[in-house]
Formats: sequence, C-alpha cells, structure tokens
Amino acid sequence: MIKSLSTEATLENAGLSPEERELFCNARPKAYEPYPIKAVEDFANWCRANSLWILAFGTGCGAIELRPLMTARFDANRFGVAGRPTPRQSSVFIIGGYSSVKTLKRIVRSYEQMQGPKFVIALGICPVNGGMYWDSYNTIKRLDQYIPVDLYITGCMPRPEVLVGGLVELKKMIKAGQCDGANRYVENFDWYKANQKRVIKNWNMPDYNW
Amino acid sequence: MDEWLTRIGYFSLTLLIVTTYGLIMGAFIERIIAKVQGRVGIPYSQPFINILKNIFKRTAVSHGVMFYLGPVFRMAGGIGTLAFIPVIYGSEVFGNFSMAGDLFLVIYFMFFGQLGMALGAGESGHPYSAIGVARGLGQMTSYEVPFALAVIAIVIQYETLSITEIVAAQQGGWQNWTLFTNPVATAAAMLAFLGMTGYSPFDIFLAPQEIPIGPPTEFHSAYLSLLQANRALFGATKLILFMNLFFGGATGLLELMIKTWLIYMVAIAVGVAFPRFRVDQSIRFFLKVPTVIGIAAIVYVQMVIQQ
Repeated sequence: MIKSLSTEATLENAGLSPEERELFCNARPKAYEPYPIKAVEDFANWCRANSLWILAFGTGCGAIELRPLMTARFDANRFGVAGRPTPRQSSVFIIGGYSSVKTLKRIVRSYEQMQGPKFVIALGICPVNGGMYWDSYNTIKRLDQYIPVDLYITGCMPRPEVLVGGLVELKKMIKAGQCDGANRYVENFDWYKANQKRVIKNWNMPDYNW
Repeated sequence: MDEWLTRIGYFSLTLLIVTTYGLIMGAFIERIIAKVQGRVGIPYSQPFINILKNIFKRTAVSHGVMFYLGPVFRMAGGIGTLAFIPVIYGSEVFGNFSMAGDLFLVIYFMFFGQLGMALGAGESGHPYSAIGVARGLGQMTSYEVPFALAVIAIVIQYETLSITEIVAAQQGGWQNWTLFTNPVATAAAMLAFLGMTGYSPFDIFLAPQEIPIGPPTEFHSAYLSLLQANRALFGATKLILFMNLFFGGATGLLELMIKTWLIYMVAIAVGVAFPRFRVDQSIRFFLKVPTVIGIAAIVYVQMVIQQ
C-alpha cells in the first residue's frame, strides 16, 4: 500500500540517466493553502506585495526595459522593487518578450526553482500570441501554456513607465489575493509538463527542478 | 537566579533595540546612497517588510543539516558578539554580560559567525557560494591583521582586556577618546572597518552582478530572513564595538545613535566614491598600508604614550 502511494507521488525523471537520477529529488510539488485566519493572509499578502524581488534573468529583447527601472529616472526601489540575482530569493519573474524554445527550458527551470508564492509578468506582445515571431520555427507563441502568467503588459516594446504601472497593478492583485500562479502550476502540473515536453525536445533535466 | 533572569531579560531588550536600530539605519544608509545616485530610495519600512515577506514564503528547500545550521551559526555569532559588548556605558539595562577579557571573546565571536556561514554555504553546493566564501574568508583574514594590531595597541595603552574598562578610561571629555590619545591605532582600525562593513570597494564577497550574491546564493525563505536580521544586528554591533574602543563609548541612547551613525558614514562615504576592488587588490590593500599603520600604532604606544 505504502509502495503504491509513494510511486504515485513521485516523478519519473525519465530525461535523466540512472546515475543522475540519484542526484535529484523526484517528489511532486504540492499546492499550498492560504493561512486559515484571513487577517494573517491579508497581512502576508501586503508584505509580499510591498517587497517584489525581480529575478535578474533577461529572457528576451524586453529585458533592456528592466535596466532603466532601477536608475534615477524611474527608481523602482520606491515601490519595494529590487533585483535579485538568484531564483531562490526572487518572487517576480518578468519574461522580457519573445521566448525561444532554448530559453523556455531555462525559464521553466528558473521558475520551478523560485519559492512560492511566485508571480510572472509577461512583457510585450510576443508572450501573448507570438508577436512578430508568430511564424518562427523556434519561438513559442503563448507563454501561458508553459508557465502560469499573472499579468500581461503588451506593446512592442512597452516603455519602463508601463512596466512600473504593471508592477503597481501586480501589487494590487497580490494584495487582493488574486495571484495564485504557483498553485495553478501545481494543480495542472501534468498539463503544463506535457506542453513543455512537446516543444523542448532535449529534455535532460528533472521533471521538477526543486 | 533572579539576577540572571533579569540580566537575560535586559539582554533580550537590548537585542531587540539593536536589531531594530540596525534595520532602520540600513534603510537610512540605502536612502543616502540613493540620494547620491539621484534617486528617492527605499521606504524606511522596507527592511522589515523584506524580512516578513521571507518568513511568509510558502515553500523552502533544504540542502542538508549544515544548510539549516549555517544561518543559525551566523545568528549565534551576531548575538554572541553583542552579548559581551556594553552598549551604553554605566547602564544596568544596556550593560550586557561585559566582563574581564571580553575583548578576545568578541573578536572570536566575530569570526565564528563567518565560519558557520562558510559551512552552510558549502553545503548548499552552489559554486558561487564557494567562491563568495573563499573571497570573504580571504578578505577577512587580511583585514583582521590591522584590526588585531590596533586592538593590541589599545590593550597595551589601557592595560586591560575588558571593553567596559577601556570605555571607562576614555570618559571625562573628548580629549580622552582613543581617537585623540592614539590616532594611529584608530586610523588602522578604521581602515580595517571599511573591509568589515563590506561596502565597495571591499564588497568582493557579496559582489552583486559578479558572483550573483556570493555565500547566500542558495539561501531563501526563512533562512534568508534570519540572515537579513543578523546582517542588521551584526552591522550595528560592530559599530558599537568601534564606538566603545575608539570613540569614547556612549552614556545615552542619543549619543550612541549619533556616534554609530557617524562611524558608519565613513564606510558609506568611501563606498559611494570608489568602485569594487578585485580580490587581489583588496587583500593586498589591507596587508600594506593599514598593516604598517597598525605596527606604527604599537610603536606609538610604546615610544610616546608609555614614556
């Protein structure tokens, strides 16, 4: 009984060689409930909204719009926004424009290494429908099929003002408790994985990057 | 027994006040740096919100027992350092567990936290953590040389190893401060202090944008909140130690705040003006001029003051 339960709850990690499989965790991610007391959850959401740490991973041309955010002109530090160089510590992932299949693999890996609750902003028109890369052979069209997206900021390219506006909008959504992307990812885990594996041909990483 | 409980209660209060002060001063310093860069900067509440946010994270990944213990050792180093430093001279509440010979214990505790962090960061297995730890310990070994020489100089000067007695010897006016009675030792210690604070040009171990953020690369969620709280506590504690040893100590909270803030501003003024050193430049810097000044401090004590 215990054995069948444990095999059900683990991941196959078929993309790894037997030696490598020993090195990686094969547990399935779990969904997390909000705190039972509403006031505590609201306070936690207020803290999360006022301390947005952005993963410093420029995934496309739109990443160039992230740099001016921290400079004197826009100064996103005022809003509690800061850059963080490691996915472990960051809570916001900004997908800067188009995502090639090669980058998508790294996006999935970084996204899974982030600790929940985590929020994704898709910048520009490309993550919505492909944009100018709609017929490209190596660019994905809808980012939403591969990782859950909380907020879209469209345009080609959106200016930093719009990005600041989007971050302020994200804060409102987090405070209202509407950003539940990490749980959506876990609940529809098999669907997201099937979509990812359909486009990423050389899947040589664990099924969930703990 | 009751006396001990009271002292532990007083120490807990001191710990809370010093940590809060360290966090607020961290935000204040961030705002000053932002003003230099023409920005507004973070709100004063930001360090508190960051810590709370990290506590409220829903998931955390472990890399092993030492990974848990790394931040705990770091925190123990911070609390241990504070425990043996008299925060306010002559105060019963803020006197802490100061005793004979505590100066050596404090210097040991300052090293202890770093070593614990090195073990924890090593367990995380991230290559940048290992690079950060190697750089941090390398730099620490080099700035400890001028700092130790300066401490030896003032120990000879005041003929005691107790921080409380060193503060007591500096009472009775600014002309009795070590800054004025032994400016050479103060100069050596303040140069070592630049390395201790970890601001540029000596931020080689955190080195943002270069080796992501060094030792804490893999630390997240509650581990990181512990490290952040300790960073504020340890930063404030080091300032209080320097104030006690070289700037006459403090007899009130206001005096403490003004003096520690001014000492911190030395590191900030240097930090905003100079870009980051390379590892070899940083280590060589401490082993050249500050070390020579440190040796000169001991000679100064022997030749001038002791005569």
